[in-house]
Amino acid sequence: MTVTETPFTGGIVGKPRLRREDPALLTGEAKFIDDLQIPGALWLACVRSPYAHARITGIDTSAALAIAGVVAVYTGEDLADAWAAPLPCAWPVTDDMKNPAHYPIAQGKANYAGDIVAVVVAESRYAAADGIEGVVVDYEPLEAVVTIEDAETDRLVIHDDCGTNVSYVWELTPEPDAVTAAFAAAEHHITETFVHQRLIPTAMEPRGVAAVPAPHNGDMTLYSSTQIPHVLRVMAALTVGIPEQKLRVIAPSVGGGFGCKLNVYAEEILCIVLAQRHGVPVRWTEGRTEAAGSTVHGRAQRQTIELAADADGKLTAVRATLLADMGAYLQLVAPGVPLLGAFLYHGLYDVPVYSFTCKSVFTNLTPTDAYRGAGRPEATYAIERAMDALAVAVGVGQDEIRSRNFIPTEKFPYDSPAGLIFDSGNYQPTLDRAKELIDWDGRRAEQAERRAAGSTTHLGLGISSYVEMCGLAPSRTLAALNYGAGGWESATVRILPTCKVQVVTGATPHGQGHETCWSMIVADQLGIDPDDVEVLHSDTSISPLGMDTYGSRSLAVGGTAIWMATEQVIDKARAIAAHMLEANADDLEFAGGTFSVRGSPDKEVPLAGVAFGAFTAHDLPDGMEPNLQAQVTFDPSNFVFPFGTHIAVVEVDEATGAVELLDYAAVDDCGNQINPLIVEGQLHGGIVQGIAQALWEDAAYDADGQCRAANLADYLVPSAAECIDMKLDHTVTPSPSNPMGVKGIGEAGTIASTPAVMNAVVDALRPMGITDITMPASPMTVRRAIEAAQGGSA
Amino acid sequence: MEVSVTVNGTVRSADVEPRTLLVHYLRDVLGLTGTNIGCDTSSCGACTVLVDGRSAKSCTLLAAQVDGADVTTIEGLAGPDGLHPMQQAFHECHALQCGYCTPGMVMAAVSLLDEYDDIDADGVRVGLEGNLCRCTGYQNIVAAVLAAGE
Ligand code: FES
Ligand code: FES
Repeated sequence: MTVTETPFTGGIVGKPRLRREDPALLTGEAKFIDDLQIPGALWLACVRSPYAHARITGIDTSAALAIAGVVAVYTGEDLADAWAAPLPCAWPVTDDMKNPAHYPIAQGKANYAGDIVAVVVAESRYAAADGIEGVVVDYEPLEAVVTIEDAETDRLVIHDDCGTNVSYVWELTPEPDAVTAAFAAAEHHITETFVHQRLIPTAMEPRGVAAVPAPHNGDMTLYSSTQIPHVLRVMAALTVGIPEQKLRVIAPSVGGGFGCKLNVYAEEILCIVLAQRHGVPVRWTEGRTEAAGSTVHGRAQRQTIELAADADGKLTAVRATLLADMGAYLQLVAPGVPLLGAFLYHGLYDVPVYSFTCKSVFTNLTPTDAYRGAGRPEATYAIERAMDALAVAVGVGQDEIRSRNFIPTEKFPYDSPAGLIFDSGNYQPTLDRAKELIDWDGRRAEQAERRAAGSTTHLGLGISSYVEMCGLAPSRTLAALNYGAGGWESATVRILPTCKVQVVTGATPHGQGHETCWSMIVADQLGIDPDDVEVLHSDTSISPLGMDTYGSRSLAVGGTAIWMATEQVIDKARAIAAHMLEANADDLEFAGGTFSVRGSPDKEVPLAGVAFGAFTAHDLPDGMEPNLQAQVTFDPSNFVFPFGTHIAVVEVDEATGAVELLDYAAVDDCGNQINPLIVEGQLHGGIVQGIAQALWEDAAYDADGQCRAANLADYLVPSAAECIDMKLDHTVTPSPSNPMGVKGIGEAGTIASTPAVMNAVVDALRPMGITDITMPASPMTVRRAIEAAQGGSA
Repeated sequence: MEVSVTVNGTVRSADVEPRTLLVHYLRDVLGLTGTNIGCDTSSCGACTVLVDGRSAKSCTLLAAQVDGADVTTIEGLAGPDGLHPMQQAFHECHALQCGYCTPGMVMAAVSLLDEYDDIDADGVRVGLEGNLCRCTGYQNIVAAVLAAGE
C-alpha cells in the first residue's frame, strides 16, 4: 500500500467510522416513501399494456368506476391537456437525435409491455388494485420489435413520426486516417463481439411517489423515492407547467437506487397532476413485478471491439462500435449512457489512436437508462475481454499483456487518445497486489495439474484491470456532450451559536452513508467531534441547490464543495479570532479546534468562542457580517479516474455447466479515502452486482416482447448463498483534480467484476476451444457451449 | 373481520378485510412501518417478522392466519438498554447500506441463531438465502451474524 499526501490532519478522516445512519435503519425508525402516513391520500394504480406493441382501440372504465372505493379513472385522452411537455430526456446527444414524444399515459398505441394506458385513483391501495382489474382495454396487438438487430433494419418502425428506429449515431474518432493505418499495419488484429444482456436494477425498495397539494396557496410537495430531488424539481415543474418555486421535492429514506431512481417517471408526473385535480394527496407505490415495466432497465447493447497490436502485443489502436437498446422511449439520460463509456474502450492502456461509434435504436421493450456504472462497465468489459484474446494471440499471460500496455506512471496526467486527461494513476501495483492476494502462481499450477489429470472441474482465472471516469462532471465537458445541465455541486457550512455545525448539501444519499462521511470531513477540518456536525439533504426547501447523486460524484464534487465551504468558514473564523486576540490573522494557528498565536501559546481562543462571538456580533471587525457560514458551488475542472485490478477464480463443472466462484481479490485505488469502512462496503456491493451480471441476472424477453424474468422469483438477484467473501486491498494515488485528492468508488466494483468473472469462465474452458460465453454464464449456456465445442457429442 | 394479534408484547385488535396481508396489517393498520415490502413473489425477505418466535415472511400470510399468535417486528427488537445484539452487530460490521432489507434481514438472522446456536459462515449464507440485499454483497452481513452469535 502506497501512502501519499492528504490535506487532513485532524485524525478523523481516513479511519473507519461506524455510520450514524444505522440506528434509524436498524430499528424501523427510518421512513421510506411507503412508510409516510399521509392523511386523506388517494392511491394511484396504473393499467399497463400487457402487449409489447398494440393499438389501443377502446377503453371501458365503467366497471372500474362501479367498484367500491374507486374515485376516478383516467385514460390518455382524458389527460391529454394536462401536460405542459412530454416526459423529459435531458441528453440530446446529437442535434438530429430522434426523440418520440413520451407522455405519462399512452394514447392510441402502447409501445412496450408496461406502458401505462389508464390510471385509477381510489381511496385505498386495495381499492386501486381492484380498480385496474375493472378497466377493460381493447387492444389490437401489433408485431413487436424485440431485438436491436431487428430494430436496426427498420423492417418495422415503432414511432411513425421518427420514420426510423434509429435514435442517433454518435461517433468519436479524432484521427480516422491514423486508425485505418494502425489496423493496416497491425501484427495482431483482434475482433471480438460481446453482448450485454438487459438487467433490471432492482433496488430493494421499489419506487414510490406521493404528491401533497396545498390547493389554496398553490404549493405542491412531491415525495419520491428518487436519487435526484433537485433535478426532478426542475423537470417536473417544466413537465407539469407549475412554477418551480411552488414545487418542493423531498426524497425520504431511499432504499437503493443504482441509477434506476435517476429519472423523471410517469408516476411522479401523474401524482402531481392528479393531486392538483382532486385537491388532495395522491400516492403510488410500485409493485416488484410491475417494476419490470415501470422502472428503467440497464445495459442492453451489443459491442464489437477491435484491437490493433504489434508483434509484442503492444496496442496501436482500439476501435469500438456499439448497437445500444434505448427501449421504447428515451428516458432522462438514456442516450448519454453509451457516451459515458465512449472514452474508455481502450481501458487503462496506452494507445495512440482510437475510434468509437454508437448507434442507438428503439425497441418495444422497457426503456433503458443509467445502471450502476452506466457505460463504463460496458467499456471495461469489452477491452478486458479483448485483452485476454490478445494475450492468447501473442502467446503471453493475461497479466503480462496488461503490464506491457498499462499507461506508464510517468505519463500522468495522461492525454488519452479519446481526448480526456486522466488525472493520476499507477496501475502495475494493483495488478501485482491482486495476484498476491489470489495466489496467482499457485492457482495457475493447480489449474495445470487439473488439466494434466483430465479433471472435469475446470479452474479458470480472470483478470480485470480498469480505469473509470467519474465525479460527474465538469460543466463545460457536459456542454460539449450536449447534456442539458451542469455538473457542479453546492454546499453550505454553518457554525451555530453553540459551535454545532450544519452542513447543507445538494448531494442526495440513498444508502451511501453521506451523513457519516460529510460529518467526518468537516469535523476533521474544524477539530470538533463528528457527532456535532449535522448533515441536511434531500429536500429542495432545505437544500435548494443541488445536482444530486449518481456517477460516483458525491464525494469528488459534493464533498469538495463541503471542504471548500468549511475552509471559507475557517478563514472567517480566523479573522474574528485575530480580532479577539488582537493579533495578526497570519500569525494564527488553527489546530484541534483552537486558534492560537504562533509563539504565544497562552494567547488562544477556541472555535466555540469565535462562533459565539460571530453570533452575538457584539465585537466583530469593522464591516464584517455576523455569523459563520459559507456557501460554495464547486464545478470540477476534470473527471476523476479511479482504477484497480480484480481477479476472479472460478470452477466450471463440465458435466453440469455450473460455474462456482471460488475466490475473488480486488485492489482498488480511489485516491484518499474518507471512511475506509464505506469504501469497503461500496466495493463489496458493487462487485457482487457485477458478478451477478456475469453469472445470474438476465431480463430476457420472448419473441412477443414479454419479459421472462419480471419478478424476483425469476430474475436471479444473488442471495448470500451464491456469494463468497472477497479479499480487498487498496493503493492510494490522490487525484490532483480536487483539494482532498479523492476519487469515486460507488461504481468501481461493478465496473471491474463482470469481466474478471467472465475472463475466468472463458479461461477455464479455453482448452476446449471456447473463446466466449454469453452472459449470464448460466449452467445451460455453459453446457451448450461445451456441447458445441465438443461437436455436439457430449 | 376482527383480528387480534400480540404484536411486540401488546395485544392489538382491529377489524380488517379478510384478504389483508399480515404485512399490510402491520404497516397500514398498526403503523409499524419498519417491516418492508420488496417483492410480490415471497422472494426477498424484506417483510420478515417473527411469528411465535420463528421467522416468517409477512407478505405470504394473511393477518387472519396469525389471529391469536405472537408477532415480533423490528420495532420490538431494541430494548430500553438500546439495540438488540443482532442490531448492534449489524451496526459494528457495517452490514447495511440503504437499510431497506435490514429489518427483514435482522429478524431472519435472529431466528437463524435461535435455531442453530453453533452456526458457521456457510450455514449463515444458506440460512439467509431467502433474504435479498442489493447493497452489501452480504460479506458484512455474514460477519455480523457470526459476531452476534459469539
Ligand atoms: S416482501 Fe415478503 S418476501 Fe418480498
Ligand atoms: S442494505 Fe440496501 S438492500 Fe440491503
